[in-house]
Amino acid sequence: MSINLTLLIVMGALYACGIYLVLERSLTRVLLGLMLLANSTNLLILATGGYAGLAPLYSKDIAAGDYNDPLPQALILTSIVISFAVTAFMLGIIYRTWVLARRDEIQDDVEDLRVAETPSFDAEDDAEVPAETSEFPLTMLGTDGHSVSNHSVSNGSFSDGGASNDGAAGTTLLAGGREMAAEQAASEEKPGSTNVAPGPEGGGK
Amino acid sequence: MNLASLAPLAVVLPILGAALTFMLIRHSRAQRAVSIALLSLTLLLECLLLASVWDGGTFAVTLGGWLPPWGIVLVVDQFSSLMLVVSSAVSLAVLVYATGQGMADGDQDAPVSIFHPTYLILVAGVSNAFLSGDLFNLYVGFEILLTASYVLMTLGGTGPRIRAGVTYVVVSVVSSVLFLISIAMVYGATGTITMADLAIKLGELDQGTRTLLHVMLLVAFGIKAAVFPLSFWLPDSYPTAPAPVTAVFAGLLTKVGVYAMVRTETLLFPGDSLNTPLMVAALLTMVVGILGALAQSDIKRLLSFTLVSHIGYMVFGLAMSSVAGLGAAVFYVVHHITIQTSLFLVTGLIERRGGSSSVDRLGGLAKLSPLLALLFFVPAMNLAGIPPFSGFLGKVGLMQAGVELGTPLAYVLVIGGVLTSLLTLLAVARVWNRAFWRRPSDAEHPDPVLLATPAARVTGPGAKPNTVTLLPRTMVGSTIGLVVLGIGLTVFAGPLFMVSDQAAHDMLDRSSYIQAVLGEDTEVPMVLTAGGGK
Repeated sequence: MSINLTLLIVMGALYACGIYLVLERSLTRVLLGLMLLANSTNLLILATGGYAGLAPLYSKDIAAGDYNDPLPQALILTSIVISFAVTAFMLGIIYRTWVLARRDEIQDDVEDLRVAETPSFDAEDDAEVPAETSEFPLTMLGTDGHSVSNHSVSNGSFSDGGASNDGAAGTTLLAGGREMAAEQAASEEKPGSTNVAPGPEGGGK
Repeated sequence: MNLASLAPLAVVLPILGAALTFMLIRHSRAQRAVSIALLSLTLLLECLLLASVWDGGTFAVTLGGWLPPWGIVLVVDQFSSLMLVVSSAVSLAVLVYATGQGMADGDQDAPVSIFHPTYLILVAGVSNAFLSGDLFNLYVGFEILLTASYVLMTLGGTGPRIRAGVTYVVVSVVSSVLFLISIAMVYGATGTITMADLAIKLGELDQGTRTLLHVMLLVAFGIKAAVFPLSFWLPDSYPTAPAPVTAVFAGLLTKVGVYAMVRTETLLFPGDSLNTPLMVAALLTMVVGILGALAQSDIKRLLSFTLVSHIGYMVFGLAMSSVAGLGAAVFYVVHHITIQTSLFLVTGLIERRGGSSSVDRLGGLAKLSPLLALLFFVPAMNLAGIPPFSGFLGKVGLMQAGVELGTPLAYVLVIGGVLTSLLTLLAVARVWNRAFWRRPSDAEHPDPVLLATPAARVTGPGAKPNTVTLLPRTMVGSTIGLVVLGIGLTVFAGPLFMVSDQAAHDMLDRSSYIQAVLGEDTEVPMVLTAGGGK
């Protein structure tokens, strides 16, 4: 009997593609890369089981060396289940990133200070995002949907807030170098928020 | 039958609790009661386990009716049971803290209901990793705790958490894949994955193969333990999570990596020639980590960097592979789990009281809340290694072992350790000076909460319809509990050092572990340890 060369070559190709994809910036590609890595590792575990053999169901006529090694297959099953769970979770995260930021990319996160000083794209407070993602202006205002979507978002939310709970939602204050609603400004100061600004004016460069 | 055969319950109870709390997802009060009760029960059980091995000895529990070289074993010895007790005590305190926070905020956040099941699964994963006597079961333990930690890390799904979560998940998955590849290679080379069996069979391989396997395992664990070149992900991802989650991550997750490294070094590859690279990595981890901490203005981020930095001390102790060094490392792990977690919990309280965790915005907290100041001061000095505290004792133990070893590199590490300790003192003293000591009006961007006049503060909550308790009694109480536990480690450092030295001796000797798993008549191959275990 011989080692299955095809499987080994497939494994190598999967590893190569997986590593290449993991190094990409797009989250979906990273996910595909992780899946390839997990699957090629499964092939590697399979290869460690040695030569192909009979199913490991005990029969006293068969010599011990003729059975296949069942342990690697048990390990593979476990690792498949684990990578399944991780893949599902990653898909969830990718979807959430898409909802929040409208981009399928790993955002800049290398260093605290560099991120803090860069006025980079902020997921929750960027003005254009709600206009694209939120269905509320269109559905709630019904007939006049078209004209609302052309409004700037701050106008829309302020008129909304003023109508429902008077004054509270309309309060604005200066944070991150621009005016924003008070409750949004509070979330600005969380660590890791892209708008934590060490500059004297609290504004990014 | 002895108590150690109850060891599987340390994993089963939290998982059972997770199932129960998941069923009770709509009844937050019952959920809290169940999770706290089950975690307390687990802690009690683990205390019994520790008591049963306090005087030494190793017990193996075989699962599923398969005998050790084939089946899965859980191994209870001094090191694993000590880690179990400390980790459960810390996670219980954090759980109480988190429920206090949830109650104080009126449980308005929907994801909180998912917190309890996930948290218990995390605890189960940690326990499984500590107890496992089988390399693949260790991997499963890692995956259980990591998958739970992904959920906890991105709790609520806000922008910054998702951003940080992506880094964390991808790095963790890559390290897990590396670990799995190493397991496959180990199995291919030896035909077994039971650690005790590996301890014998790896010794029969030729040097090149063994070094390859050794390096691969160390890299996989090094990512999880955040050892320097592989630590880049930690300060970026931890600080954005909710305060209790960060606290438990900082306390436990990296220590599981350190635990796995200790087992790899002592049980699987004793006397191999990687001690020098490990020492260099330890030095770099200490120094680079603490220099990073000095540059931070956010307390959580600063603490994350000190966390990375102090992993270096443990790796230093491990790399000496002498009884004194390893014993001090075991003590240091126990100390650091407690102290780092309590510091993160206090930071959560600071954030509630002062409105921010950035030292640029804080000021005057010592006057506002003297209790909070005390709660920060004690563990902070402990972390920096000021004499009466356990941090000092652990560091002295490491220094003594380093001087005893006497190689030039060991002396460099001793100096690096002292320097790191001083810089840690500088880092926490800066936080103390700015957040607690100065007047609020001196802050660069003072938080409005701090600047309000006392009268306004008193009437302020009354005027608003939804008042939020700034310092709920349960949160403060559990933090006090952890700080007191940290002081307790100082008071009872004598017995603890005795146990950790004995644990180190048993780990370097290996015969107790191997014979407990594979049977009394197993022959343990002799190994020449580089450090010369005395």
